[in-house]
Amino acid sequence: MNTWPQVGAIARRSVVRTSRQPASVIPPLIFPIALMAVNAGGLQSSVDLPGFPTESFLAFALAVPFIQGALFSTMNAGTDLARDVQTGFINRLALTALRDWALLTGQLAGVVVLGIVQVAFYIAVGVGVGVEFESGALGIAVLLVYGAIVSLSFGALGAWLAFRTGSGETIQALFPVLFVFLFISSMNTPRDLIGVEWFRIAATLNPVSYMIECVRSLIITGWDPQALALGFGFVIVLGLLSLMLASRALRTRMTRT
Amino acid sequence: MEAANGIEVEGLVREYKKGPRAVDGIDISVAPGEIYGFLGPNGAGKSTTVHVLTTLLPPTAGTARVGGYDVVKDGPKVRGLIGVALQEAALDPLLTGRDHLRLQATLQGVRKDQRAARAEELLHRVGLADAADRKVSGYSGGMKRRLDLALALIHSPRILFLDEPTTGLDPQSRTALWEEVSLLRREDRVTVFLTTQYLEEADVLADRVGIIDQGKIVAEGTPAELKAEIGRPSVHAIPHAEEDRPRIAEFLAQFGEPLASSRDVAVRLRAGLGLTDIVRAVDQNGVDIADLELRAPTLDDVFLAKTGRTLEGATEEADTEQQEKQRR
Repeated sequence: MNTWPQVGAIARRSVVRTSRQPASVIPPLIFPIALMAVNAGGLQSSVDLPGFPTESFLAFALAVPFIQGALFSTMNAGTDLARDVQTGFINRLALTALRDWALLTGQLAGVVVLGIVQVAFYIAVGVGVGVEFESGALGIAVLLVYGAIVSLSFGALGAWLAFRTGSGETIQALFPVLFVFLFISSMNTPRDLIGVEWFRIAATLNPVSYMIECVRSLIITGWDPQALALGFGFVIVLGLLSLMLASRALRTRMTRT
Repeated sequence: MEAANGIEVEGLVREYKKGPRAVDGIDISVAPGEIYGFLGPNGAGKSTTVHVLTTLLPPTAGTARVGGYDVVKDGPKVRGLIGVALQEAALDPLLTGRDHLRLQATLQGVRKDQRAARAEELLHRVGLADAADRKVSGYSGGMKRRLDLALALIHSPRILFLDEPTTGLDPQSRTALWEEVSLLRREDRVTVFLTTQYLEEADVLADRVGIIDQGKIVAEGTPAELKAEIGRPSVHAIPHAEEDRPRIAEFLAQFGEPLASSRDVAVRLRAGLGLTDIVRAVDQNGVDIADLELRAPTLDDVFLAKTGRTLEGATEEADTEQQEKQRR
């Protein structure tokens, strides 16, 4: 049996489910932009710091929603799958000819579609408020690809947590923990300008900093091979690790002979 | 091909870690095109058996073949020819009935050009055509059960497993589902393995019944055979006052073996005796009884005879045990 239609059917379900839950669609779009607006309003004077890489804090901060939105994707993907475990829907799927990898791929494909929609929205907002993308149209295309990979990696992380715990409540409880990684990154200040030493070290050790800096480089710098390599490298490693863990947890969860 | 539509189970055991034997060495043989009723109280091992036969759980010991395929070695082949409606109709509240059927059809490998027509056919068949494009969150319990049945049938399975399909349904929905199951067997020659805790359901629907208690099959046969095994009818007397029970019990004991009953005083009649014998004796002795009733043997009598408990009592016992476990 051809497995790709199964992947498509699961992806479609994921997208339809999300689109029918305004609480899953609106917060990932609105909250990151609102947080960016608040930060841009309060921290605009940061651009006067010697060595600050841009004159527009809005352009500097636009990278943050990309990662924050992906964190929402983690929670949504995880909560959806955990609900499938809790309600027994996963048994319904297990009783069909669906292959394990098709379930995971389909679910993540749905997350990626929504991730791309989110990224397109953030880019549109950026363009709308006058942010100039230094890397041009090709850079915007790379941002969309990067957004897709970030959604996939974080979605896989959510899937792993879902299959491992089988509890939507646990995943929602873990969400603030994931957010800590965002706040101890270079989200508001370039790493070399962070004055507090422990914070600078923590931000340097935090992979999220490199993901933000990858997006940021395409917006405010242009083409920065090192930032791109680190950003893509970390997110791909996170993705591979999460996919491996999620596949293993799925095999345990979707028991069948 | 039809000969391979049966179910053969030998010495099936399923143990849970740190738990009791949920299924304890059962043998079952279901003929192609037969409706087999698997009757027992909560916690008897019915759902565990269904989970093993549908490949969701590996057995601890024993063998099971469904449609000619071993459930352990040929899981994917078994899944390809069975339809399953599990005890909880696990549906996605955000999807519509039609969404569910489309998803299930794709996952079961129904050809793309046939999916829409098959979904439409089943929606009409289970009476959900008007509600097809409504989200499942707005469905009643009966509608969810009917959708669950339609999903189980989407790929035209040869063998259908229904795990307590009518639990929690109103009488009208229950009767409609029974008719649908009968139709499936009659018109499509589908083999049906149906678990239930309702005596009437097993009696009305099943060609043969297996009664399971504490993981073991305690009786098996057609409903008529099982009731004939008990043979003699029972007489039930309702006393005017509670304090009359011992006196009436003592009086009725001369006509047969006493039966445990909380509602009335009952005896299984000795061979050769009838209701008239008792009525005559009641008149002659001036025994004060509010009502007297002769009952033909039921499957509950069979359960009582085999286990020493009524099915209702066993279910209550299992529910209490479950609640105590949850409290602990």
